[in-house]
Amino acid sequence: MNGFEGLWGYLVLVLVGFLPADIWRLLGVIIGGGLDEESELLVWVRTVATAILAGVIAKILFFPPGSLAAVPLSVRLAAITCGFAAFLLARRSAFIGLAVGEGVLIAVGYLVVR
Amino acid sequence: MSSSDAEREPKQEPLSAWSAFFAGLRASYLSVFVFVLVGTYVGIAALAQDYGFSLGWVMASTVLVWAGPSQVILISALGAGASLLETAIAVGLSCVRFLPMVVALLPMMRGPKTRTHDLLLPAHFTAASMWVESFRLLPGVPPERRVMYCNGLGVGFMSCGLIGCVIGYFLTASLPPLLTAAMLFLTPMSFLISTARNARTLADRCALVLGLIVLPLLVYWDVGLDLMWTGIIAGTAAYGVHRWQRARR
Repeated sequence: MNGFEGLWGYLVLVLVGFLPADIWRLLGVIIGGGLDEESELLVWVRTVATAILAGVIAKILFFPPGSLAAVPLSVRLAAITCGFAAFLLARRSAFIGLAVGEGVLIAVGYLVVR
Repeated sequence: MSSSDAEREPKQEPLSAWSAFFAGLRASYLSVFVFVLVGTYVGIAALAQDYGFSLGWVMASTVLVWAGPSQVILISALGAGASLLETAIAVGLSCVRFLPMVVALLPMMRGPKTRTHDLLLPAHFTAASMWVESFRLLPGVPPERRVMYCNGLGVGFMSCGLIGCVIGYFLTASLPPLLTAAMLFLTPMSFLISTARNARTLADRCALVLGLIVLPLLVYWDVGLDLMWTGIIAGTAAYGVHRWQRARR
């Protein structure tokens, strides 16, 4: 239960999910061509979008939902740091980074949470 | 199809619209993105389940929004009680990237008889997965069949996302707490890696690092609309790095 049950939830989904997302795809079809990908505005938009995504990652990490909150912050931070370091060391392999991060979280979490 | 086309690619039978669609569908299931998408949406559905959304809602968001990172923003913002306006702005800002993606893809997709409204569906399917694979696969598809081929690709990739949703949702509901935590951890871990991979310029990397630092500070100081401000503050600072870098050149 989170206040987004039933028809209201789907209405919210259309208003704050579907429309803000697809307006850009629609504009892409309308504009069609002649867009400078290196334009200053698009560079700014890309950095803002990247920062928002980074913010979401930090939010889930520092202020996690339910079950992840049962794992202490120090363990969550250690796991993501190890995972990211593994990703860099393993020639930017996403799979190895993910596997190491998850492994650390489960292993250390198992010792701590019990 | 003209005879010169047939001579140029002797092995290629003239494709009907539906066989082009199924060719695209088949190509999607052979793509490496199958694993990426199922994994991503397992994490997203786990997050949604934990925040109290229904499976139908998560699946509908997958069909309607069709952008993993934006869905994570949508779910975590709504789930954590952010205002609707802030959520819409954050989702919208995270989706501006589709504009140049669609613009870049259109010239390849347009055949001699393609009407503009035929392009709306493939434009909706445009996301990282479909975009990358279209550039790889479309050159081998006859121009007049490319829209249907892209629709096939899009439906295939979307079905992978939906399968991931179902798996993630039910696994989270039935696993012991620590493994549920591990499922929820999939999203920050995989998105950190994929964002770092996509951040090719110094400015993008700065945006990533600054965003990770700024958000906890804003939450700690109890500033409202924290996601939006993180984007504007950290994003604009990173953009400043881009300007500084360019001025030095």
